[in-house]
Amino acid sequence: MEAQTIRGAMFDTDELVINMGPQHPSTHGVLRVVLRLDGEKVVDCDVVIGYLHRGIEKLSENRNWTQIILLTDRMDYVAAATSNVGYCETVEKLMQLEVPRRARYVRTILCELQRIASHCLWVGTHAMDIGAMTVFLYAFRERELILDLFEEFCGARLTYNSMRIGGLPLDIPPGWDKKVLEFCTIMDSKVDEYETLLTHNRIWLERTKGIGVISGEEATGLGLCGPALRGSGVTRDVRKDEPYAAYDEMEFDVPIGSDGDTYDRYLVRMEEFRQSLRIIRQAAQGIPEGPIVGKVPRLIKPAAGETYHAIESPKGELGFFIVSDGKSTNPYRFRVRPPSFCNLQGLRRLVRGHLVADVVALIGSIDIVLGEVDR
Amino acid sequence: MPDDPQKPDAPAPPAPTAARPAPASPAAPGPAGGGAKPSAPAAKPAAPPARPAAAAGEAHVPKAAPATGPSEPPPPADAVVPGFIVSLQGAISGGVTALSYYLRDWTIIVPAARILEVGRHLRDAPDARFDYLSDLTATDWPPRTEARFDVVYCLYSTKHRHRVRVKVKVSEQDPLPSVTGLWPGANWLEREVWDMFGVNFTGHPDRRRILMPEDWQGFPERKDYPLEGPGELLMENPLDWLKLRQTKEEAELE
Repeated sequence: MEAQTIRGAMFDTDELVINMGPQHPSTHGVLRVVLRLDGEKVVDCDVVIGYLHRGIEKLSENRNWTQIILLTDRMDYVAAATSNVGYCETVEKLMQLEVPRRARYVRTILCELQRIASHCLWVGTHAMDIGAMTVFLYAFRERELILDLFEEFCGARLTYNSMRIGGLPLDIPPGWDKKVLEFCTIMDSKVDEYETLLTHNRIWLERTKGIGVISGEEATGLGLCGPALRGSGVTRDVRKDEPYAAYDEMEFDVPIGSDGDTYDRYLVRMEEFRQSLRIIRQAAQGIPEGPIVGKVPRLIKPAAGETYHAIESPKGELGFFIVSDGKSTNPYRFRVRPPSFCNLQGLRRLVRGHLVADVVALIGSIDIVLGEVDR
Repeated sequence: MPDDPQKPDAPAPPAPTAARPAPASPAAPGPAGGGAKPSAPAAKPAAPPARPAAAAGEAHVPKAAPATGPSEPPPPADAVVPGFIVSLQGAISGGVTALSYYLRDWTIIVPAARILEVGRHLRDAPDARFDYLSDLTATDWPPRTEARFDVVYCLYSTKHRHRVRVKVKVSEQDPLPSVTGLWPGANWLEREVWDMFGVNFTGHPDRRRILMPEDWQGFPERKDYPLEGPGELLMENPLDWLKLRQTKEEAELE
């Protein structure tokens, strides 16, 4: 009894509050996490965001419908074309516009190229956070090829402004689809290469297996989306459930995990590389002839009404809720449902009980882009 | 030298005024700046009414021509009301004020006091199973004095793969029960709505600002909040800033 008291007194520990970020390389931007630690274990954390808040929603309510496309680039800047597509599709839904099939096919290719580019960046930085430097260099080498394809398509390499309401700004350059197919052939072997570096790597397994386990039910309740939700075994993919662009004509599988840990989320994304390549092949081989823009009125002014439309961005469900008052040439209300924001909310739940080093792994695992979290 | 202490005195009041046009002017020519596009001429008339309205206002001044709310078209006669809405109407009397159907989406309008009840039914009823809160946001309609905000819940069911929107109309003071107990993911979404609109959520576990700094005054996404912000000097009280702008514009007219 006495010995216990002494021991209790000797090892009585205080909780320590430490601050991580907002300027820290592993937080992927300007994310601040206030950690409450017991020894090296995280007891609780507070996620502080808003450092990159530019008021894109408010700004969009004061710009006309075409100018907003450019603002959507600045949200998820590693997958800008996806945001462009999401916004344009929402306005098209609001205006009940028909988009030509050719445009829908090209949109599908662009979205999937973006998914691969975004996942390349994710796998590189995630692995680097955990300590594997090589993957970063490899993944950025392939991302470069995608940026080249985009440069050829629209002239830009990061913020593309690559979409117009009703279709595409320009037709694809001659031979572009061949280059996309060539890229698919290169990428196939590269995904295997990443996997040889990580999937069975002893250190990788130790660092990711059993870290941040979350059940499917809990993940759904928390509003996680995209690979973070699918890693927990929930079959939820906007591309399948509410098809947009030309996804209803494509054949692909939705990979899901079983354990809901960091490793499963990793495996889901690795499989998504392959499924994306599969979609790109189908779309690039089958681009139909025809116009690239539908019948769009010169003045874009949707009738009064509101709508919500979601697409599957590389991070998850990217939704737009837009209200038009039917009178002005700007939206009355422009709201983005950012997938990174909703995923980041889950971080507090995920890190509890893990070590400080795992916090870094978990931030990488949910794949956030702060530009989209803060808007 | 003796002039110096006076000099700052004299320009001090106009200094903030002089600082104003700087952020204001990019805002106004913004739509016109992209003027190469065919839709730009129409943007011009839309932008200017916003400025006098925002400046003249004490508080609740409509930004554009009075818009009293979104068009909520009732379902057409031939639309089949989904089973879960019918059973919701049966289970909770008075839980549904109105129904709306637009562009293949159903919207249920619910009284603020009943939102928890309706939410629980929608989440748990076997034919609804809306276990996923896609989005929670608000829209500001300042001319509506009795219930200024529309709070919109976008629900999705991962079991039945269907969607519905639930809408609640509340005023600034009206308490709106938080739905974090039903969908934990509502936590940050409600914080954002509080931060941007000032909707009074009750029972929220952690109601702090989320995107704006803790000590921020005002709610940026309200329609009567100026686009270019209150300015650094007058951030303490946006109303002072509005008055200042008004006097400046009157001076310009003379």
